[in-house]
Formats: sequence, structure tokens, C-alpha cells
Amino acid sequence: MTKHYGRVLALDGAEFTVQPGEVVALIGDNGAGKSTLVKTLSGTIRPDGGEILIEGKPVRMTSPLDARRYGIETVYQDLALAPDLDAAANLHLGRELYLIPFLRVLNRSAMRERAIAAFSDLGVSLPDVTAPVATLSGGQRQSVAVARAALYASKVIFMDEPTAALGVVQRERVLDLIRRVRDRGISVVLISHNMPEVLAVADRVEVMRMGRRVAVLTASQATVEQLVGAMTGALEVTAALKTVAGEEDRSAFGKEIPNGAQPGQSAGTDPAGGTS
Amino acid sequence: MSGTGPDTPGMTGAQPDPPQPPAHPASPATVTESAPAAATPSAEATLRADSRMQEERAAAKDRAALRQAGLGQRVLRRTFTANESWTFLALIAIMAFFTIKAPHSFLTTTDLTLIAENASPLLIMAVGQTFVILTAGIDLSVGSVLVLSSVISDEYYLHHGAGSGGWLTVIVGMVLGIAVAAAWGGMQGFLVSKAKIPPLIATLGGFGAALGVSYLITGGVDLGSPPGPVKNTIGLGSVAGVPWLIVISFVVTLVFGLLLRYTRFGEYTFAIGSNPEAPRRAGIAVDRHLIKVYTLAGGLSGLAGILSLAFNDGTTLTGHSLDNLTVITGVVLGGASLFGGRGSMLGTFIGIFIPQVLNSGLVIIGVNVDWQQVAIGVVLVGAVYLDQFRLRLRDRVG
Repeated sequence: MTKHYGRVLALDGAEFTVQPGEVVALIGDNGAGKSTLVKTLSGTIRPDGGEILIEGKPVRMTSPLDARRYGIETVYQDLALAPDLDAAANLHLGRELYLIPFLRVLNRSAMRERAIAAFSDLGVSLPDVTAPVATLSGGQRQSVAVARAALYASKVIFMDEPTAALGVVQRERVLDLIRRVRDRGISVVLISHNMPEVLAVADRVEVMRMGRRVAVLTASQATVEQLVGAMTGALEVTAALKTVAGEEDRSAFGKEIPNGAQPGQSAGTDPAGGTS
Repeated sequence: MSGTGPDTPGMTGAQPDPPQPPAHPASPATVTESAPAAATPSAEATLRADSRMQEERAAAKDRAALRQAGLGQRVLRRTFTANESWTFLALIAIMAFFTIKAPHSFLTTTDLTLIAENASPLLIMAVGQTFVILTAGIDLSVGSVLVLSSVISDEYYLHHGAGSGGWLTVIVGMVLGIAVAAAWGGMQGFLVSKAKIPPLIATLGGFGAALGVSYLITGGVDLGSPPGPVKNTIGLGSVAGVPWLIVISFVVTLVFGLLLRYTRFGEYTFAIGSNPEAPRRAGIAVDRHLIKVYTLAGGLSGLAGILSLAFNDGTTLTGHSLDNLTVITGVVLGGASLFGGRGSMLGTFIGIFIPQVLNSGLVIIGVNVDWQQVAIGVVLVGAVYLDQFRLRLRDRVG
């Protein structure tokens, strides 16, 4: 997958794989290309090159509607809910149920029933599905967004930092929700900056750096140190991971570090040099 | 840091460990220990009692919050926080005041009819304006589009037998006027949604241009009588004692109120005003919906133009330059938020009548009518202040 923004290369031959029914965390430093990659995979932006295979078949995605047709939904960082509409209406936005289809008269009670069923399926407890979403807590709103995606996704849900704005308890709830979605056979791709969270919920971790996939790790065998190392480029191949990216910039990087790592030479002037 | 971790084979000398903050285990510990130590035993006791009281208070608050979640209370709370409830109470209060002051003339049948007839074109424009304001837009062009529609339709009548035209002529003229008005609104909707011109400017331009076109067509002189059927039915006629004007405007309000509340069109209108990104990402054609909403507002102003033409027995080039403000005032008094996403047709209905009732009441009790404008101005600013206060509160919670 390749994507240029003017002269900036956002995706430089990035690869990404999702297996059915797993939680994959996609991590990387700011500007590594995670969001751009997810946007190409969810049809929001068009890549300049590369291909998307679904169950082995190449597909073209020119809009989010295409992605949706393939059973791919996205939960956005900034929620994308209409705060003045209630949870049931938000759940059905763009996919309303009708009482009189010809006149586009909404069947609010059916939508409400379906919303209650969807929330209880996922173990989301909302005080009132008819209350405007604006009156819900951040965690409850995120739950509505996730439930909305889970209701329609048949294959993959992309989540861009779903817990970034949440407190500890709410964060746990959303992570539980992610596990439950996975247990229903839907794959979840989780973008996150929170390493312990990634290791807690993900089955696999794919690491991006400078527009490329640089590592694929099994979450149960990985450590926070490994993740951070792979993200920053400090960590080379270990037994648990295989690299995909080229070697050149890394070896250049590697040359500099021993210099800084010898405190005897730079003592007093730059004691922190070795930690970079 | 160097030398603290073993060099694993895959690492090129750099330490992957996250930078550990310099450990100062002593400092937090000393703080927590020194505080009680410094306090005398009695001070410590009061401190403990204080914290216990605070806990109890917090628990009580939790219980209260839980109790509040009961269904009956929820319904009650929503009734009292719904803006139109307050507007309705205000209208009732105004009516009660004037009824007590002038029991024999205020709110008699003739007075009510007069109020409603005067308000009819305003009400119809306010229906369209409600949709526009719900999308977080504004339509300043309503009064000029009203004039344009009446001019177009009367011009057609003048070329087709003027006052002696038959029903077919009447209907063609009406359709023509409304169609031009709707197209005018659609053009403004295009400017707002596709050309990304702020609604205030797009419709301000439309406001001036529509009036200009009307003056160009008429040469600045009001056109005369429309055909007899127009005047005698819509203008002055009535069904079962209720003037046609009132019947039409009330039916329009009801129909579009239902459209707003119960259909997908209404739902999308609320959703767009609430957060346009939400429907956009849900795959809804937001731009197209906005064009439809502005087209609807234009078309309804056109209908108001037809009613005005019939009622006044001719065009009224002057006298509609402040209609936009009157209409927007009514919609906002009715509880619609200028920030979009909140409002109702019932609220608009009540909101449009408040200034009219106030006006009529002041005339009857012999107070200078100009007080009405002062009162409405104050109430309007207060209403919007409360609304933005509410919005700020909501965003802070969110």
C-alpha cells in the first residue's frame, strides 16, 4: 500500500494482515502511517498504489460505503455520533427502519427494540436508549459507537484510539466490549498508543514505522519494551518477530547509538545520550 | 542508563527500555508521613470526622442520582427541560395577563382570527426556517423570496387576463411563484453545501438579490389585483368560518411538523445540525439533504408569497424586509437552537404567536406597541444566552 501527500510519503509499501476472529493491534509512533493505512482500508482515502485482498480476492474500495458492503466498519476517534439524537437513532443512522417505507416514516419502536437487543448482546448497559447521546458518559458514547459498528460489521471493525479519552473503568468496559466483539467472530483492528492495553486485549500486534510494517508480534509473547523498541526503530529482529522493512536506515541508526552509549567519552556533557 | 540492561543479540546497542523516571522513593513517602505527624491528635480527629462526613454526603448524592433515574421523573424532567414547554408557559402567561386586563376584547373570536391571519405567512416561513435552523443554518432571504414569489405569480396573472383569470390561470400562477421560490432556495442551499459559503452570507446575498429581481420585474411599483378566485377564496374566503389563510398555514405546519418528527427527512435534518460528520460517515448525502432543506424553505416562502398576494390583493414590495428577523425570532423563541440539532415545530408554532399576541394585547390595553419590540428583543437575547450556556455545559461533560 502506497500513499503520497504531495512530497510526503505517508505509506511506503505498507502491509497489513487481519485473520478472521482476532484482535490485531496496529501500533506506531505519531506519523508512522497507522491512520492513513486504516483510512485506505476502510475506503475513506484512496491509496496511490497497492491492493486490498478480502478472503484472497482483490477488491476496490472507493468509498466507505464500499468497505461497508464488504462487512468492514470503522469506529472513529472523535466518535461520529449525533449528540442530539438518542442512542437508538444513532445506531440506525443511515440504516433506518421504516413503518411506512414509501413515506420514509421511521419505525422508532422497532429501532428502539433492536438497539436494546444489540446493547444487551454486547453487555453494554445504557440507562435509557431514548436519551440524547449528549447526556451519556464518554464510555457509554464509545460503547454506542462500538455497538453500532458491531451491529453491521460482518468481518472487520477498525477502531482508531477507542479508549483515548476515557477513564480507567470506562476503558476496561470498552476493552471487554472489544473482546466480546471478537468472540462473535468479527476481527477487530485496534489502533492504540497505550502499550499495556494493546498487550491486554490484542492477539497479535503489527508495528508500523515510517510508512512500513516493521514487525509482527504475538501479543502473548511480546513485552512493552519490545513494542516500544519496534516502534522507535531501536529494536532489531528478535526471535519473536520478523522484520519487513529495509535495513539501511536502521543500520545508520545503529551506528550512532554506540557513540552515545559510551558515557566515558561524553560524560558530563550528554549523560542521557544513550537512552535515545 | 547504559550498562543496566544486557545486550540482547537483536539490539544494536540501544536500550529499548522505556526511559525510567529517576526514582525518588523517599519524597512521596515523607509527605504522607509528615502530614499526620505534624497534626495534633485532636486536629487529626476532626480531619477524620470531616472526611467521613464527606463520604456520607457523596453516598447520599449517589443515591439521589439513582432515584432520579426512575422513569416517571425522567419524563417529568424532560418535559421541563424541553424548551417549548417554557415557551408555551410564557404564551399562556401572556394570554392570562391580557385576558384579565381586557376580558371583553382580548382573545375574542375576531381578535384571535386577526392575530392568526396576520401570523399566517410568517408561520409558513417559520416552518421552513425551522428546518434550516435545525441544520445549524439560517435563512435571511425569506421575506424577499416571499415578495419574489408574489411578483412572479402576479406578473403571470397580469399577462393572462389579470383580475378576470380563471382557476387554471390561478393554479399555474401559484405553481410558478412557488417553483421560482423553491429554485431560489435550492440555489442558496447549493451555495451553502457545495460552495461552502456560510449560510448567513449565502442567504443575505439571496435576500438582496431576490428583492432586486422583484423590483426589476415590477419597476418598483406594486402589481395590482390577482384573479378573482385567488382573492375570494384564499384571500378573504373561509371554510366553516375559519379563514383559508389560517387553514392553509396550520395544515402546512402540521404536515411539516409530522415530517420533521416522524420521517427520515426530519431525522437527517436533526443529525446534520447535531454533528454533520456523523451522517456523512454513515454514508448519508449531507450536501444533497442541505440543498433539499433550503429548497423547502424557499418553496414555503413562495407559498407565503401566494397567501400574501391573495390577502393583500396585490404584491407588497415593501413591508417584508424585516420578515426574516421576525421569523427567526419566532423559531428561536420556540426553543430551536441556532447551533443546530434542537428544536420542534410545536415550539416554532408557539414562538411565532408570542410577538403577535403580545402586540395585539398591548394595543387592546392601550400601551405603546413599541414595548412589544423591546420585550421580544430582551427575551430573544436571553433565550440564546441560555442555549449557548447549555451547549457549553454539554461540551464540557462530553
